[in-house]
Amino acid sequence: MKIVVCIKQVPDTKGGVKFNPDGTLDRGAMLTIMNPDDKAGLEAALRLKDQYGAEVTVITMGLPKAEDVLREAMAMGADKGILVTDRVLGGADTWATSQTLAGAIRNLEYDLIITGRQAIDGDTAQVGPQISEHLGIPVISYAQKIEIEGDSVIVERQFDDRYHVLKAKMPCLITALAELNEPRYMTPGGIFDAVKADITVWGRANLVDVEDSNLGLKGSPTQIAKASDKVRKGAGEKVNLDPAESVDYIVGKLKEKHVI
Amino acid sequence: MSLEEYKGVYVFAQQVDNEISGIALELIGKGKSLANDLGTEVTAVLVGSGVKGLADELGAYGADRVIVVDDPELKEYRTEPYAHALASVIKQYKPEIFLVGATAIGRDLGPRVSARIHTGLTADCTQLDIGDFPLAPVPGKEQKHNQLLMTRPAFGGNTIATIACPDFRPQMATVRPGVMQKLPREEGRKAVVEEFNPGFTPDNKYVEILKVVKAVTDTVDIMDAKILVSGGRGVGSPENFKLLDDLAEVLGATVSCSRAVVDAGWKPKDLQVGQTGKTVRPNVYFAIGISGAIQHLAGMEESDIIVAINKDETAPIFDVADYGIVGDLNKILPLLTEKLKVEMAAK
Repeated sequence: MKIVVCIKQVPDTKGGVKFNPDGTLDRGAMLTIMNPDDKAGLEAALRLKDQYGAEVTVITMGLPKAEDVLREAMAMGADKGILVTDRVLGGADTWATSQTLAGAIRNLEYDLIITGRQAIDGDTAQVGPQISEHLGIPVISYAQKIEIEGDSVIVERQFDDRYHVLKAKMPCLITALAELNEPRYMTPGGIFDAVKADITVWGRANLVDVEDSNLGLKGSPTQIAKASDKVRKGAGEKVNLDPAESVDYIVGKLKEKHVI
Repeated sequence: MSLEEYKGVYVFAQQVDNEISGIALELIGKGKSLANDLGTEVTAVLVGSGVKGLADELGAYGADRVIVVDDPELKEYRTEPYAHALASVIKQYKPEIFLVGATAIGRDLGPRVSARIHTGLTADCTQLDIGDFPLAPVPGKEQKHNQLLMTRPAFGGNTIATIACPDFRPQMATVRPGVMQKLPREEGRKAVVEEFNPGFTPDNKYVEILKVVKAVTDTVDIMDAKILVSGGRGVGSPENFKLLDDLAEVLGATVSCSRAVVDAGWKPKDLQVGQTGKTVRPNVYFAIGISGAIQHLAGMEESDIIVAINKDETAPIFDVADYGIVGDLNKILPLLTEKLKVEMAAK
């Protein structure tokens, strides 16, 4: 079985979020990580590899430094890494990004494509389903459990108040939730090998069946009219009292605001 | 493609088990105001099996027209037949704007449809306006009027971006539930109902539903609650949520939680507040043992009054709390519940 996993390098927002004095985000002070939902997708692929035997290829689109997440994925157990990078791909919205990744994936053999549900920087959850549409294969989003049965995949698909158990013939694309699993750590041997591993680097010329008019900023139907860092309303009062005084304080405020 | 051919504001009227979802009515409400700005009408697209009877309800909430796509293949939500239904409606009717709820259904359906018809899709919008793009004239660039300006948070709610789709139609957006207002129900108000069936032929993209497992829950939807008592990892254990249940009971409040609590398996997903959960804006939000990751803040910071109790005085939740109490929730909550019981009894 051949599995392709799409991953993205994103700024870390967990724990290390830094604010400027005016309440806006200090991006320069933040580290980058492999997007959490993508990492869960990779872990799901590696578990299928452990269970059924599979070749796992990780692919990312980004700046040259995005190579770091490919090496991390390989240190976890992925077999091959592909970096899609080219100046003409910059500024892509989800349409142009999904066109790019689909164009790259057309070079590969695959039974299963796994993406994270969404990246923590854009939060759109669009690229996975859009790749599947460009490739003409079924999509199952929000996967919370994945199993293989013959030439089909059986997936628990989460909704707001229920889940569906779905069966799709492969090839198929699945988007994974971070809740799907607890990703494994890189192994020392894996890190050693990954540092030396060859990363395949593709540019515009390697994309199959994609028009220039569908790539990068120029190929993006959506355009940003305005962007600004959100300024939060700011902190109110903060008190540090003993429990009984704390309770009096809360009840006082609830009365003042006519809640009780 | 001539953009002028595209007319009207369309919304996907999501239904589940033949019950109209709240988001459908919210989208009709917002769609109506956008349609007024554009001098056009709002059309609800109702997709399902045996759903025609719901059309009148959509009319009562403001839809001018309802397009019903009714087919046995559409009984339960599946990506492909629903995407085929919406893409076919768009090709046939050429709407100028198409809105979909940012639900677990809409966030799957929207991207598939937008990719099929080649247009832009802006995710999880919290504000929609009609205006100019670019916002101010730029020399050498045509300024287009009457564009849909779609505003959304990104970066876990730390950045706000306004996005336009000037050269493709329809302009598509998914809209976060709980943000737009539905119109008051107007008894007897009728929509023009039209049936449309593009034909459904299963192909490789149709998946098979083996089982539907519904979560058993008798709780109030946290998006409707006036007061929420919300717990985080700091509550310590599922058993300890009893302290929150007791407080909620005295106040007539509902219990909700953070993502960490759902990930730990202490509470079901439908009680989760935040970027990957629900957006809430109650009158009072108690954040108990919640540190306040930005993804959580994005889902609750519009609450009228935020009361935070946390033993870590550096917790980011205090940056948005109106009233922050540094202290041990295990000591404070039982006393608070008792005191409120006395207060309520005295009234």
